[in-house]
Amino acid sequence: MSSNTDFEPKIIAFVCNWCTYAGADLTGTSRLKYATNVKIVRFPCTGRIDFLLLLKSFAQGADGIIVSGCHPNDCHYTSGNFHARRRWIAFRSILDLMGVDIRRIQYSWVSAAEGSKWADLVNHTVADIRSLGPYQEYQKIADYLEKGGYHGED
Amino acid sequence: MSKIGVFICHCGENISATVDVERVAREVGGMEGVAHAIDYKYMCSDPGQTFIKEAVKKYNLDGVVVGACSPRMHEPTFRRACAEAGLNPYLCEMANLREHCSWVHEKSEETTEKAIDLVKMLVQKVKKNKPLDSIKVPVTKRALVIGGGIAGIQASLDIANTGHKVILVERDPSIGGHMSQLSETFPTLDCSQCILTPRMVEVAQHPNIKLYTYAELESLEGFIGNFTAKIRLKAKSVDYSTCTGCGACIQKCPVKKIPSEFNAGLGTRTAIYVPFPQAVPNKPVIDRVNCNYYKRGACKICEKTCQVGSIQWDREDEIVTEEVGAVVLATGFDVKGADFFPEYGYGKYKDVLTGLQFERMASASGPTFGEIRRPSDGVIPKKIVFIACAGSRDPAKGIPYCSKICCMYTAKHAMLYQHKVHDGESTVFYMDIRAGGKNYEEFVRRAIEEDTVNYVRGRVARVYEKDGKLIVKGVDTLLGGQQVEIEADMVVLATAGVANCGSEQLAQKLHVSYDPYHFFAEAHPKLKPVETNTAGIFLAGACQAPKDIPETVGMASGAAVKVAALFSNDELVREPLVAVVNRLAPPLYSTCVGCFMCETACPYNAIEHEDIRGRDGSLIKTIAKVNEGLCQGCGTCVAFCRSKSIDIQGYTHEQVYAEVMSLLND
Repeated sequence: MSSNTDFEPKIIAFVCNWCTYAGADLTGTSRLKYATNVKIVRFPCTGRIDFLLLLKSFAQGADGIIVSGCHPNDCHYTSGNFHARRRWIAFRSILDLMGVDIRRIQYSWVSAAEGSKWADLVNHTVADIRSLGPYQEYQKIADYLEKGGYHGED
Repeated sequence: MSKIGVFICHCGENISATVDVERVAREVGGMEGVAHAIDYKYMCSDPGQTFIKEAVKKYNLDGVVVGACSPRMHEPTFRRACAEAGLNPYLCEMANLREHCSWVHEKSEETTEKAIDLVKMLVQKVKKNKPLDSIKVPVTKRALVIGGGIAGIQASLDIANTGHKVILVERDPSIGGHMSQLSETFPTLDCSQCILTPRMVEVAQHPNIKLYTYAELESLEGFIGNFTAKIRLKAKSVDYSTCTGCGACIQKCPVKKIPSEFNAGLGTRTAIYVPFPQAVPNKPVIDRVNCNYYKRGACKICEKTCQVGSIQWDREDEIVTEEVGAVVLATGFDVKGADFFPEYGYGKYKDVLTGLQFERMASASGPTFGEIRRPSDGVIPKKIVFIACAGSRDPAKGIPYCSKICCMYTAKHAMLYQHKVHDGESTVFYMDIRAGGKNYEEFVRRAIEEDTVNYVRGRVARVYEKDGKLIVKGVDTLLGGQQVEIEADMVVLATAGVANCGSEQLAQKLHVSYDPYHFFAEAHPKLKPVETNTAGIFLAGACQAPKDIPETVGMASGAAVKVAALFSNDELVREPLVAVVNRLAPPLYSTCVGCFMCETACPYNAIEHEDIRGRDGSLIKTIAKVNEGLCQGCGTCVAFCRSKSIDIQGYTHEQVYAEVMSLLND
């Protein structure tokens, strides 16, 4: 896989309101710089994140996804992040089996006090996705399915 | 078509220095459904807010997006402005152009483009926003305080003095807790009971306090403002309405050799007993495990002694139900016993005591009436060793935290010993002296300088018995790790403060979280120290972490104020960002199929079962229903729902999909 320096990946971050969103706020308050490729979608809790949304994002052209919430035991809602973690573990192996490139999903924990960790996470993810290149495989399948190709008519 | 107003803030130069704000306003202004888009220097200022209010009226806006700082900062400000202009506040959203954009990127084309994307994303979201009404729940203005130690006493009195009713539940036969066991208190050396017992009496006599002693919480259901508590009143076997507390039964009870819990096992008590002379209430209970009648079916001497016929042999545990609006948890802590320490003899050496046992010994009401005597032979010890950090700060023992109070009470114990045994010699082995607190450091210095307590910095490896003496082998790290060996007459361990037994079960009954050491977890370590993550349940004292009396009292008063604030309104207003199960017209009624996966996901037990019945009353289907008072809006149920029947207001599927699609489809 060749690294493509001109390629600007589209990355969406699904984060929880209480830890990672606040952590990203701290990155700003600390004036730490990171790449512009990542855009944050705020959720109340990682437990709210419907993992089908991840697939939908890939289908619509996302090259990479970050999911980040509170550290284990720190969840504002006691256990939402545990549900998200469990869901991710199951989902990851299913995606892998299906042939979806799970390297494009970065699952992390960033607390409200970890502003620099957020900047590092974004920069690493952008670098990783850039070296992986645009994610067109899943889009192609999605487009194919959309056109009704799966009804067996090619 | 929507009429969205977009307001881009320069934030002085915080945003405009790196983002071309005019271009953002221009480009977003061209979006479908955007009726009005402007940029302004300070959107949060009074003129800025006026722009928003005027635009809402002028353009008859049905949605507002403010591109400014973090919504964690000013979302309430802009929502209030919208509400004042007559727009439902939940139709206002913020795009975070400062913390998530201008502050973290250099000035560039990409930065402005990202800002445009962020604002567009929120415009697409707000198009899907629905007006929401704040949720109002009624408040039952009675508080439940669990635990009758100093924390519970203080919280009860403070709440009761604001005019609200309090139900105080104590597990033991008397209130008072650990503080009633203490001899003197640091750093003033005033008598613990002298300051505590008047408060205990005040609790018993307060018209607003209902006291249940020898009782435990059986279950707690409901939500903030509306809890239902079931309390188990353990059978006392004595009728308190007739008992005069004369104590004749206690004197006549033949079972006299039961280790006294109040005296930390140093003294003994009878089977029918009052834990200590100043107990509140000062009436006895029968310990059924040790009572001859309950064990063997014969004795009943107390019944014969009792002049008023108060003994009730057949009395059973009783469950009472109380409706309360708030709960204060004040269940305190416990100390590790000497048996936790194999290196100090597993508690089998009689003259190795815990700090709490020494406390009882030093107390005038204690088993030795305040004289320091060896439990083994009653001799006054001439050499005594205090070991601080026994268990605490020791990851190998599973207690990596500092128990906080031991440095201070060890200094106090050494002082008390020196005051009582003038020719005695005391040594304290310590790791560090932690004397943070008003007059605390001075107190420790007094122990060292005026009372000539020998402080040795180092740990004790071993304590063993030899010829009636306790050999303490330690090290002095300030003398280059030199070995120290002391032939002591008595050893006192400042054992670690740990969570009270049963705290984990209690936390699970109340749905409050707890830390790895089973201390209850506060909602925020700094800004919400008395709240728990469960609304309406507050913490006071050492049940949250080991702490001393002043801190405990302060925290209890803090919790009481939180309760009083909650009770200051007849209704409670909450953000309506809660989950809802969809409802449709017949014959479907709802897409919910009643699998109740949401119920397993919900950390707040907010999912209820709702029966949908036909006109004839026959059951059509059972679907999930969210209790708005309990739901905290985490949305875990939403991700769990197989039929997408449950959604969370403010973060609905529609809203979130709109955001994501906006980011990708440009």
